[in-house]
Amino acid sequence: MSNAVRPLIVGAGPAGIRAAQALVEAGLKPIVVDEAASGGGQIYRQRLAPDKRTPRDLYGSEASKATALHETFARIRDKIEYFPQTLVWNVRGTSADVAIDGRTRRLDFSHLILATGATDRIVPFHGWTIPGVFTLGGAQIALKSQGCAIGEQVVFLGSGPLLYLVAWQYVKAGARVAAVLDTAPFSAKLNLLRGLPSQPGVVLRGMRYVAELMARGIPVHFGVEPDRIEGEARVEGIVWRERGKERRLACDAVGYGFALRSETQLADLAGCRFVFDERDRAWRPERDMAGRTSVSGVYIAGDGAGIAGADAAELAGERASLALLEDAGYAVNRERVAVLERGLAGIQRFRDILEIAFPFPDKWAASVADDVLLCRCEEISVGQARAAMREQEVRELNRLKALTRVGMGRCQGRICACAAAEILADVHGQPLEAAGRLRAQPPIKPIPLGIAADGEAA
Amino acid sequence: MSRTLHKDVAIIGGGLVGSSAALALRRMGFSVVLLDKGYCGAQASGVNYGGVRRQGRPPEQIALSQRAHAIWPRLKEVIGIDGEFVRSGHLKIARTEAEMASLEAYAARVADLGLGLELVGHNQLRERFPWIAGNIVGASLCQGDGHANPRLVSAAFALAARRAGADVLEHTPVSHVEKVPEGFHLSTGPGIEIKAQFVINSAGAWADSFAEAFGEPVPLSRIYPSMIVTEPVSVFMSANIGAEGGGIYARQVDRGNCIVGGMRGEPNTDLDFSRPTGSGAVTIMNRAAALFPALRNSYAIRFWSGTEGEMADRNPVIGFSRTTPNLIHAFGFSGAGFQIAPGVGEVLAELVRDGASRTPIEAFAIDRFSRKDQGSPAGSTPEPQERDISK
Repeated sequence: MSNAVRPLIVGAGPAGIRAAQALVEAGLKPIVVDEAASGGGQIYRQRLAPDKRTPRDLYGSEASKATALHETFARIRDKIEYFPQTLVWNVRGTSADVAIDGRTRRLDFSHLILATGATDRIVPFHGWTIPGVFTLGGAQIALKSQGCAIGEQVVFLGSGPLLYLVAWQYVKAGARVAAVLDTAPFSAKLNLLRGLPSQPGVVLRGMRYVAELMARGIPVHFGVEPDRIEGEARVEGIVWRERGKERRLACDAVGYGFALRSETQLADLAGCRFVFDERDRAWRPERDMAGRTSVSGVYIAGDGAGIAGADAAELAGERASLALLEDAGYAVNRERVAVLERGLAGIQRFRDILEIAFPFPDKWAASVADDVLLCRCEEISVGQARAAMREQEVRELNRLKALTRVGMGRCQGRICACAAAEILADVHGQPLEAAGRLRAQPPIKPIPLGIAADGEAA
Repeated sequence: MSRTLHKDVAIIGGGLVGSSAALALRRMGFSVVLLDKGYCGAQASGVNYGGVRRQGRPPEQIALSQRAHAIWPRLKEVIGIDGEFVRSGHLKIARTEAEMASLEAYAARVADLGLGLELVGHNQLRERFPWIAGNIVGASLCQGDGHANPRLVSAAFALAARRAGADVLEHTPVSHVEKVPEGFHLSTGPGIEIKAQFVINSAGAWADSFAEAFGEPVPLSRIYPSMIVTEPVSVFMSANIGAEGGGIYARQVDRGNCIVGGMRGEPNTDLDFSRPTGSGAVTIMNRAAALFPALRNSYAIRFWSGTEGEMADRNPVIGFSRTTPNLIHAFGFSGAGFQIAPGVGEVLAELVRDGASRTPIEAFAIDRFSRKDQGSPAGSTPEPQERDISK
C-alpha cells in the first residue's frame, strides 16, 4: 500500500515536521519541501551559521520545544525526501511545480499536506516603506537567523503577542529598544486573565515579558495611534497620538505588525474552498477539525489554516497526518486523535481571548490618509484605491486589482490585500468578508525567467 | 426582486464589443441595457495581451481594423482615459527565410490597404532593434500599430456607456431570450425582465448558446491563451513584438513590466475561469529570456490566462441573424478582437440605426458556416499563436 501513498508536505515548521514524523512512524516516506535552509519554520528558525548562542538565547522560554522539534526533524531526516531551499510555486491536481537551485521540476504526490504558515499582517501608514522599517517577524528573523538587530534604537509597534515577544528577545540579546507602542488600550490586556485557567503558561509568560521590559525602563505605551515614521534614506523617528496628544520619539528602526495572516495561495491553487474567519478577519481554507480541506487528499495544518500559533501547529500537523493515514486505509490510534483534538480545541478557545487582548486597530481604515502608499509593489496610494472604489463602485478585491493594480505586483497581494480589504469595508460600509479574496495565480512567488525545466511542469 | 425594463436595445455581454456598442448606441439616442453575467470586461476583453495591431490580419478584416485604428488615439475623449495606448509600432519577426518570405507575401497582399508596412532586413534590424537577440532573419514593421491596457480600456468603455445613460447590469446573467411579436423578451438570473426591440449577442466565448437558441449553431470553440508578466525592468522594448509562425508575442509597459504570451492554458473546474499550465508558462519564460537578452536575469511575477471564443475559420461573426429579425451577432474574435472591438461597436450601432454599416462586414456573416461554399474567405492566414485574446 505504501508505494501508492506518496504524501507531499509543504513547509518544515512545527506543523510540517510533526506531520512528517507521524507519517514516518506509520512507515511512509513523505516528501518535505521547505523554502528555508533548515527546518523549524519561522518561530523555531535556525541560525544561518553556528555561533555562540544557546537555544535558550535564541528561543527563550520556548527553547525546549524548539530543540525537541529540531531533534525530531534530524531523527527522521533520512526517512523522508527533503528539499530545503525549495519553492513550491504551483499546485495542480496531484502535482506540484517546485523551483530548486535555478531549476524547476514536477513533484507528483498522492496526498498533500499544506503547512505553509503565516506572515505578519501589516497596515500601511506614513513612512512604512522607509528603509529601517521591518515587520515584527522580519525583525525576529534578523535576530534569530543572523544574530543582528534591525537598528541601534528600535521602536516596536503594533498589536499582537509577537509585539512583546520580539521586544523582549531584542532586549535579551542586548539590543536597545527605545519603546514599545501598543495600538490597543491597556484595559484590553486584562482580558488575558480569563485565559489563566486554561493556558496559565502562555499568559504568565506574556506578563513576564511586559514586566521585564518595564523593569528595564523601556517605555511601554498603550492606546497608540501611529501617525508617521519620519526620515528619508533611513528611519529617524516615529510620531504617534496618545490620548489626543501628539508624541515623537527618535529611533533608527521600527518593527511593526498586527498579528499574522495565513499563507493560503497553494490551498487556493489546489482548489480548496475558502470560508471567512471572523477572528482572523480573513478568508482561509475550509477545514474540519482534522485538517481535511474540501479537496479529497488535501490537508492543511498550522497557521496557514487560520492563526493559532506554534503549539497548535504541532498538534494540527500530527492530526492532519493521522487523517491522511486514516483516509489511506491505515489504522490510527483513536486515543491519540482525541488527545490532539482536545488540545486544539483548548487553544482555539484561548485564541478568542487573545484576539480581544490584542485587537486589530479597527479605526485604521477610516483614518488612514489618502497619500499613504497602499500597494508598495505597484506604488498605488490609499487615495487612488478609494477613488476607484467610489467612482467605479469597486466592492471586491479582484476588481480592485484589475482597475488599480493593487495586489498585482511582486508580492501578489500578500502584503497589501488585508489593508485593501479593510479600506473596501470602510468605504462601502460593508462587512469585511464582502471584499472577497484575491484569486491566487502561479507563481506564488517570483521565479527567474531563465529557470531550467527539469521535468514536465504541472 | 422583479422588474421589467423596456429598451430599444439589449446587449448580452459587457466585453469590449458590447460596451463600445452600448456607448455608440447611447450617443445615437437609443435606450440601451448592457448585461453581463459577471463584471464588464472581466473575461477575454479585460485579460487579453493588449496588442493593438492591424498587421497580420486577413485582408477582409482590414477595413474594420482601420476604422478602429482611428478610434484608439482618441480614447481619452471617447471614454475619458487613454487606456495606456501607445503607438509603439508592431514588429513581426521572421526566424527563418520561409517566415520572411511569408511576411513579404503578406505585405504585398495588403499593399493597397494603407497599413504602411516596412520590411526590415537582418542588418537594419540589428541596428534599429538591438535588444532582440541576433538570430533573426528579418521583420515587418507596422509603425502605426501599438498596444494598450485591456484591464483599463474594457472597464472604461462600460463605465462610459453607463455615464452616457446606458443601464449597465453586472452579475446579471441572461437565463432566457426569445423573440416575441413586439421584439425580444429576456429573463435574467436576478429576476429582471427585459423587453427590447433589438438584441446584440456579444457574449464572447459564451455566445454560441445564444446563437443556437435562435437556430444558428456555430463552430465556436474555447481557447485559453496564457501570458506571463515580468517584474519591472528598465524600458528597452520599443515596439510590440510578434513572430511569424507564432510562439511568442511581447510588449513592455511604461512601468517596465514585460508581458509575454505564446502558449495556451486550460479551463478551471469553474469553467468561467482558466489558468496557465506550469509547463506552458515556463516555456514562454524561457523563450522570452532567449529572445530578449535584457530579460535573462529578471523574474516572472505572475501568470494568467483568459477564456476566448474561436471560430473554425478564425474570423469573427458580425452582422444580422439569418433567422431572426433585429437580432445582431458579434462574437468569435478568435484571439484578435481587442484592436477592432471599438470599431465593431460603431458598426453594431449603425446596424441598429440604419440596418447596414458603412464598413464592409459581409465576410463575417453567420450563415457562412451553413452555406455550401463554406470555409474561410480567400486570403485569411490562420495564426493561432500570434494572436492575442479578446472578443
